[in-house]
Amino acid sequence: MTTQENTMIDICALSDLSIERGAAALLGDVQVAVFRLVDDSVRACQQRDPYSGANVLSRGLIGSHELTGEGEESEQLVPTLASPMYKQAWNLDTGAVLDAGGGEKLPIAVHDAEVRDGRVLVATTPRPLVSDGVETVS
Amino acid sequence: MSTPGHSPLTAPAEQAPLADQRIVVIGGGMTGHRFAARLRAQDPEGRWTLTVIGEEPQQPYDRVHLSNWFSSRNADLLSLDVSVWDDPRISLLTGDKAESIDRVAGHVTTASGTAVPYDRLVLATGSWAWAPRAEGRELPGIFSYRTVADVERIAEWVSLREQTLGRQVRGVVVGGGVLGLEAAAALQDLGAASTVVEFADRVMAVQLDQGGGEMLRLLIQDKGIDVRTGVGASRFQPAGDGQVGTAVLSDDSTLDVDIVIFSTGIRPRDRLAREAGLAIGERGGVVVGDSCQTSDPAIWAIGECASFQESCAGLIAPGNDMADVVVDRFLGGTRTHQRKDDGTKLKGVGVDAAAFGDVNAVTAGALEVAFVDPVNRKYRKLVMSDDAKVLLGGVFVGDIELFSQLRPLIGRTLGADPSAVIAPEGGDAMAAAELPDDAVVCSCNNVSAGTIRASVSEHGCTTLGEVKECTTAGTVCGSCVPTLTKLLNKELERSGIAVSTAMCEHFAHSRAELYQLVKEGGQQTFTEIVTAFGRGRGCAVCKPVVASLLSSLGTTSGRLHSPVGEQLGSLQDTNDHVMANIQKNGTYSVIPRMPAGEVTPEQLLVLAQVALDYGLYLKLNGAQRIGMFGARLDQLPEIWRRLVDAGFESGHAYGKSLRMVKSCVGSTWCRYGVQDSTSMAVALERRYRGLRSPHKLKVGVSGCARECAEARAKDVGVIATTKGWNLYVGGNGGAQPAHAQLLIEDLDDENLVKCIDRFLMLYIQEADKVQRTARWVEEREGGIEELRRVIVEDSLGIGEELEAQMANHVATYEDEWTATLDDPQRMAKFVSFINAPGVADPDLAWVPERGQMRPAHEMDSRTAPDPVRARALAALSLGATSPLGDAVEGEEIH
Repeated sequence: MTTQENTMIDICALSDLSIERGAAALLGDVQVAVFRLVDDSVRACQQRDPYSGANVLSRGLIGSHELTGEGEESEQLVPTLASPMYKQAWNLDTGAVLDAGGGEKLPIAVHDAEVRDGRVLVATTPRPLVSDGVETVS
Repeated sequence: MSTPGHSPLTAPAEQAPLADQRIVVIGGGMTGHRFAARLRAQDPEGRWTLTVIGEEPQQPYDRVHLSNWFSSRNADLLSLDVSVWDDPRISLLTGDKAESIDRVAGHVTTASGTAVPYDRLVLATGSWAWAPRAEGRELPGIFSYRTVADVERIAEWVSLREQTLGRQVRGVVVGGGVLGLEAAAALQDLGAASTVVEFADRVMAVQLDQGGGEMLRLLIQDKGIDVRTGVGASRFQPAGDGQVGTAVLSDDSTLDVDIVIFSTGIRPRDRLAREAGLAIGERGGVVVGDSCQTSDPAIWAIGECASFQESCAGLIAPGNDMADVVVDRFLGGTRTHQRKDDGTKLKGVGVDAAAFGDVNAVTAGALEVAFVDPVNRKYRKLVMSDDAKVLLGGVFVGDIELFSQLRPLIGRTLGADPSAVIAPEGGDAMAAAELPDDAVVCSCNNVSAGTIRASVSEHGCTTLGEVKECTTAGTVCGSCVPTLTKLLNKELERSGIAVSTAMCEHFAHSRAELYQLVKEGGQQTFTEIVTAFGRGRGCAVCKPVVASLLSSLGTTSGRLHSPVGEQLGSLQDTNDHVMANIQKNGTYSVIPRMPAGEVTPEQLLVLAQVALDYGLYLKLNGAQRIGMFGARLDQLPEIWRRLVDAGFESGHAYGKSLRMVKSCVGSTWCRYGVQDSTSMAVALERRYRGLRSPHKLKVGVSGCARECAEARAKDVGVIATTKGWNLYVGGNGGAQPAHAQLLIEDLDDENLVKCIDRFLMLYIQEADKVQRTARWVEEREGGIEELRRVIVEDSLGIGEELEAQMANHVATYEDEWTATLDDPQRMAKFVSFINAPGVADPDLAWVPERGQMRPAHEMDSRTAPDPVRARALAALSLGATSPLGDAVEGEEIH
């Protein structure tokens, strides 16, 4: 497998995951956190908490946040993840920081993830980090 | 304003600027401290120097709250703001007495022989405790009650005599004034029998009228303190061993005594000023005018040593005002000192009494309106002008809520019918009456209602704490805090600043509001609750709150939710979810419950073996139990299986719930213990374990007044007395320490538990998210007095309901770890990687240190991936043989 290739890897069954609670998974030697949302869609992101350096993001809390964008995209509800360590929060769709707790804005890498035939699949390579790591906060 | 015999002082001389002036204050008491603090605050850039000479060995301390020493036995806790002494311009000499003033040379000579030169001298020498001449006054066992040294000696004496005599010590306090009653209560708290002897016909004779004094006598006798009025102590006779043994009273009756405390008034300490030739008042004290200058223009006098209009103050408020006047004058101002009636409040006795103004209605035509209820021990009296409009004075005994509201109105129109105000349900009559802006609310620091309003409207204060910090109101005796709170809330309302109590973007409610909504609505899941009352899918703020209140409600409604069960699983922080505390490297701590800190040798062996097998780091924590650190998520179930098998259960160290009940060994082992504090602590810990609350809860039980369990630093503090238990609430260690306040005294076991049940359940229902009991009690309307009415007197009639809710909690409690170990579905969640359950986090790294292992830092060059190995390395470094032998080969020990 080369780094360019972005393969979807079978992690577990959807039913192995609890709603709005994460699990850690290994993609080769890459650690990811996988989450099942209330609509049974799934998300995946890096397992390493960029603030503490510990591999713990799968143990964070899932929530939602209302983004105030511009024009048609206004008031978009996005899924969020809060770090179990110091409670910084990210947009789980993009990895952008929503609440840096007054500190530096450190975005997280998100991986494509999907449910196919009741199985959870996660991309081996993360999407590129969001440019400035920040989104408008309402 | 003219001062007899002192006309030169009415027009004080023009003062030179303060630059390069050497200021000396004689007296390291509260007034001297106030002067230094005030000067520093008012002139932060000034180029003066200030030397404060204090005779006592301690830094200036809060003499007003001297009796608090008994609860902590730590004089440092009484210290007044010590940051004053960090100012490089200010020096403090302690334990050195000023012996003489040389006004010609301009210096003060101290007992140690130091000459301290001054350009301006401020006398703040205070008072000494006067005692009438009585034969035998010099016998060992007779004390005054004025300094930290006094209270230390009193405590030591009671303890010594108790040991020598092998029975309860008998104490007498001569003098039934405010301080005498405090001393009598202190004696009782030390375990001594306590009698007050007062020459006047009533206690607190100076402050109270006849009716108030009589009600107070009943209340004090209810507490078990004997009161003898209309008699004095005429002589003392030694016991067989030469210590004081008998007091002979003026009616020739005798009392057997082992300790005597004199509290018969104070006299100004004016010897230095006399010897220096300053003008002295007829009844003593250094004569000052309204600028506080003495007959020497370079010398000022403030506080109790100063005679203003032929009288010396005996309270802190005028002393503070005089200190402020002199600072103002030094900085070129023209402020004058005025005597006001600030009223007096009894404190530290556990009985409420307060009065202000013309209590005996001596003003011509004055009218008295009184409410007397000897059954419930309440007495309220207002003294009004002849037209019943202007408030002249007030007396409150048994219930002093009105005192802080009414005192600022002295000399003003009451604005309500006086009989309605003092009627049993009269509080509302006062609500309409607004305090004028210039009414002084905090008389200790001379803060007016206008200043407090401005702190809200102009300086943006929104909490009681901010108002206190901004205005200094309520920071000395605290008696005005209820009025402060009311002013604050009213002003916030008026400014249209609705302090947002919204939890987060998902709920516009406070925790207490949501609690009531869910209690009535009966919702059982987060989805139901957020659909009914909020929006979105929550966040790290509201989800744990919802989990906590569903769990609390489960115990109150019978709709049982396991805090870690399926319904609440996704709402909990990781700590609650996996029932362990996450540490900085992502591993967890394991802290089993050890009720009251007891552990058997067998259990200790199990803990040691588990720590060895998993390479866990062991440390005793602050809660009298053993913490084991470094367990991986996937190891938690195996570790807990072994602990549960050995009889341990969850310690809830991870939850916003009861942590522990700390105790001393109590009367079972301790020579001084008066109750079995350990058994009580075990019972309380078993009762409240697992109870979910807005914040963590800690409880302490001490077996005697020595307070070794530090119970008053806990949310609930229980301190044994010879008659039962005193209950304190709202204490806190942590970042904002607070001493727990006395709720009720001398409870038996059953009533102690009842009161704690009610207190905890009320807190759970009312407190805001992550609000500790200390802040809840402080900010709750009416403060501790109102809380006492609700909990002890059951004024809201909810006592039984609260007790029933707690009974439900006790009946439905189950150990979370035992339940989890029996649930395969939940056990399946404790895996490292969902697609590689056998693999541990490869990034974990450990370093040996002091015989154990710790998580590696970035700076560590040599680390071990396995904690068992790291520990073996650590053991090697201590000279032990490695149980792993060659396995550690090649790894260096540093």
